[in-house]
Amino acid sequence: MNAPLGALDRPNSYIGRSVSRPNAKRLLAGRGRYVTDLALPRMLHAAFLRSPYVHARIVSIDTEAARAMPGVRLVATGADLAALCTPWTGTLDHFKGMKSAPQHPLPLDEVTWSGQAVVAVVAESRAEAEDALGAIEIAFEDLPAVADLDAALRPDADRAANGAEDNLCFRARLDTGDVEDRFAAAAHVVEEEFRFGRHTAVTLEPRAILADWDASEGKLTVHHATQTPYQFQDLYSRHYGIPEANVRVIAPDIGGSFGMKLHVYHEDMAVIGLSMLCARPVKFVADRLESFVSDIHARDHRVRARMAVDASGEILAMDVDDATAIGAFSTYPRTSAVEGNQVIRLMGAPYRFRSYRAELSVVFQNKVQTSQYRAVGHPIACAVTERLVDMAAERLGLDPAEIRARNLIPDDAYPCDSPTGYKFEALSHQESLARLKALMDYDGLRAEQATLRARGVHRGIGIASFVEISNPSPAFYGIGGARISAQDGAVVSVTPSGEVRCAISVTEQGQGTETIVGQIVADQLGVPRERVRVTTGDTETTPHGGATWACRGAGIGGETALQAARRLRSNILSLAGTILQAKPADLDLRDGIVVEASSGSERIALSELARIAYFRSDTLPPDTSAQLTVAHHYAPQGYPFAFTNGIQGCHVELDAETGFVTILKHWVVEDCGRIINPLLVDEQIRGGVVQGLGAAFFEECRYDEDGQLTNGSLADYLVPMACEMPDIVVGHIETPTADTVLGAKGCGEAGTAASSAAALNAVNDAMRPFGASIAQLPMTPTRILAALGQF
Amino acid sequence: MTAPVAITLTVNGERLTRLAEPRETLADFLRRDLGLTGTHLGCEMGVCGACLVMLDGTPVHSCLSFAVQADGSAVETIEGLTESAAVTDLQQAFHERNALQCGFCTPGMLVTAQGLLARKASPSREEIRDALSGNYCRCTGYEAIVDAIETVARRRAASREELPA
Ligand code: FES
Ligand code: FES
Repeated sequence: MNAPLGALDRPNSYIGRSVSRPNAKRLLAGRGRYVTDLALPRMLHAAFLRSPYVHARIVSIDTEAARAMPGVRLVATGADLAALCTPWTGTLDHFKGMKSAPQHPLPLDEVTWSGQAVVAVVAESRAEAEDALGAIEIAFEDLPAVADLDAALRPDADRAANGAEDNLCFRARLDTGDVEDRFAAAAHVVEEEFRFGRHTAVTLEPRAILADWDASEGKLTVHHATQTPYQFQDLYSRHYGIPEANVRVIAPDIGGSFGMKLHVYHEDMAVIGLSMLCARPVKFVADRLESFVSDIHARDHRVRARMAVDASGEILAMDVDDATAIGAFSTYPRTSAVEGNQVIRLMGAPYRFRSYRAELSVVFQNKVQTSQYRAVGHPIACAVTERLVDMAAERLGLDPAEIRARNLIPDDAYPCDSPTGYKFEALSHQESLARLKALMDYDGLRAEQATLRARGVHRGIGIASFVEISNPSPAFYGIGGARISAQDGAVVSVTPSGEVRCAISVTEQGQGTETIVGQIVADQLGVPRERVRVTTGDTETTPHGGATWACRGAGIGGETALQAARRLRSNILSLAGTILQAKPADLDLRDGIVVEASSGSERIALSELARIAYFRSDTLPPDTSAQLTVAHHYAPQGYPFAFTNGIQGCHVELDAETGFVTILKHWVVEDCGRIINPLLVDEQIRGGVVQGLGAAFFEECRYDEDGQLTNGSLADYLVPMACEMPDIVVGHIETPTADTVLGAKGCGEAGTAASSAAALNAVNDAMRPFGASIAQLPMTPTRILAALGQF
Repeated sequence: MTAPVAITLTVNGERLTRLAEPRETLADFLRRDLGLTGTHLGCEMGVCGACLVMLDGTPVHSCLSFAVQADGSAVETIEGLTESAAVTDLQQAFHERNALQCGFCTPGMLVTAQGLLARKASPSREEIRDALSGNYCRCTGYEAIVDAIETVARRRAASREELPA
């Protein structure tokens, strides 16, 4: 018997309940174990000499003096590592025509961005390794650098990487065919050119890896701060030619990831080879300066877009050109084209219009690689769409909320699809808009705005509707030939003491994966949550799975746990039936005790049942099969993605003298399907919103025109601080997906997807009385003043 | 490189003497030499607050101080503050409010919070946000942290009132 999910009126009903995270206590006590904290016997430390050149040929490398420095055990160049590690290429088969040059752990003859690691030193301490870097001589021959996006696309442009036929990594087009007609017939056309700066994840714990090659067993153990241990097990195995079963990747506590720690980094790949060459454990922790020049960056788009509307305010069509610059290579194994692909496919997604055309150019240049970071593509598509919607509203004299009410897909129109081919199962845009208006007292704020404007106080209100991709099926990567799993696996057992263990392939970076999996298992089995122990993040002790990315933890991992727990429960009740000589269907498991389902009277405790199964099987009938461990896999079926939706509101005050913007408050209404733990969902949303506000106002990797990063330190790169961030009000609508029993969809990227768009609209709303507008993120005070014509 | 020098200090209530290289930061000394890895490093330039420890009762950036400068001082790290129960109420409030995700910023946040509440018993939300300006958190968006500190300030104030004057 399974009670309806989310009903909170029975014992062990944990799905839908705000409970705190058991594993957070360790972190609060300073007992977290991050890769940065680990030390192994005979461990060595790696440091990398980095290129000061943006683009150069490596003429010669002299490592002799460095090898003689105190404590140095190895100095390795690209050639040394290339002898061990096969090269990789960051393309996916389903991106037709995509190209990218093969990459090695360290370059063989060419550096393609400033900060690229060139030579590795391994020493007894990090300080000794760094000391030895100074003794390495590299002769570089400067090559022309490609920094600017438009310059890169010119036919006569210098190449970002030698030997490339051009600087175009990938091009895609979408066209419903009728766009020109729609624009020709439109009452109004609004258009804008948008710029989205580069920013980066700045996880508070930088990238860290500790590789331990055991030559005696031919076994590689890697302690790796990553979201995706299985993906790296596969990659280390294949590129270093080690049987997969001999590669163990452990992802312990991780100090933030946000998509940044699931890509292959050259230094990380090198560390594996360095450990093999030294036959000792080798550790590398990127320091913050290294993070800025080697972690993936995100965004970097120039989007030209226009929108056609009729006289009644109905959106007719969109026409979009997105050019995005990604560095000299596409990242591996997920590529640097997924973001652009999602940008052009997510444009206009909340709205009813059917005519759409888009062109995407993914361009090479001599900077750090860009790739997937929280909310991949969403913030760009959302900001462009939502700003155009506001511009259309202004042109028509409509309120921004009103034009959305007229154009958002009606809540009873599902299932339906987008003009770009996305399929929507069931969304709640209209209800979300209504809820947001109530939550933020939209009309009241508008009235207040008018009053304050009269007094010279310039407040702005911005709203932004969004969809978010979650629960990706193999349509995401598997289809493109990448060995990145869309399924997850769980092993759930009853221990001899009647406790429950669940080892699952989704991973934890603090979002609460282990907690929600524990809630689901306890809920579905009928045991107290305290008796369920969840383990994650170790390829040797958990089954293979996709792990955590693209908001799949709750939706896919959660469903895996649910199905596994249901199977285990049925095994428990069947064994109890044998022991009690009762029909399993007449029994139930409640609070760790097998009871008579109808009366609730207690029959046998789970601990007693486990004792019998494990220690006194002799007392059971001869044909009894006591299966108190269940291994179960689940892959998403049905819709290729479970879309979520929502809407955000942002309230700002602009100081027109200084260009300074104060964010007064922010609201989110979000529909992520079944909510397993409201406390955790709200904090995912808030954290996501703040990352989006960072992109909107502060965060930017600034380059000079030659391609040198000019603000690569935490003192110069602005991360949102507590004093600048608003309180964030979160409301929910629950439209569960019918593709799973659990009905959960993702929520980790929703905050980031639309907060920068809402902020962009809010700032533009505040600037309206000045007849000014801005279309570039981040909206720094300087840019705002420039938009206001102040200088 | 100069030779290591002997320093004597009290760490989490225990007096100890160790050799430290003059260039070794207090953070590295605590983490590497003493195994107190609850003190974290996020920037090594005094910006992010992950490395905050109590030095003679005041929050300091252990990434900016050298171990030799702590000679003769009393240092408390998150491990010591936990064992002495000095921050138990803060830890509990952070836990209840889910005021941490990855937890990397958390020890520094707790040190700042403890320092703030020692200076000012009932700070406003703005004052809490200001006090946290040297503590970066990339995961939470800060609001839950502000809530948790506010709750503790209120609870501490209430328990003070309950005490007879
Ligand atoms: S590590 Fe000391 S302030 Fe960041
Ligand atoms: S909880 Fe991750 S940085 Fe604060």
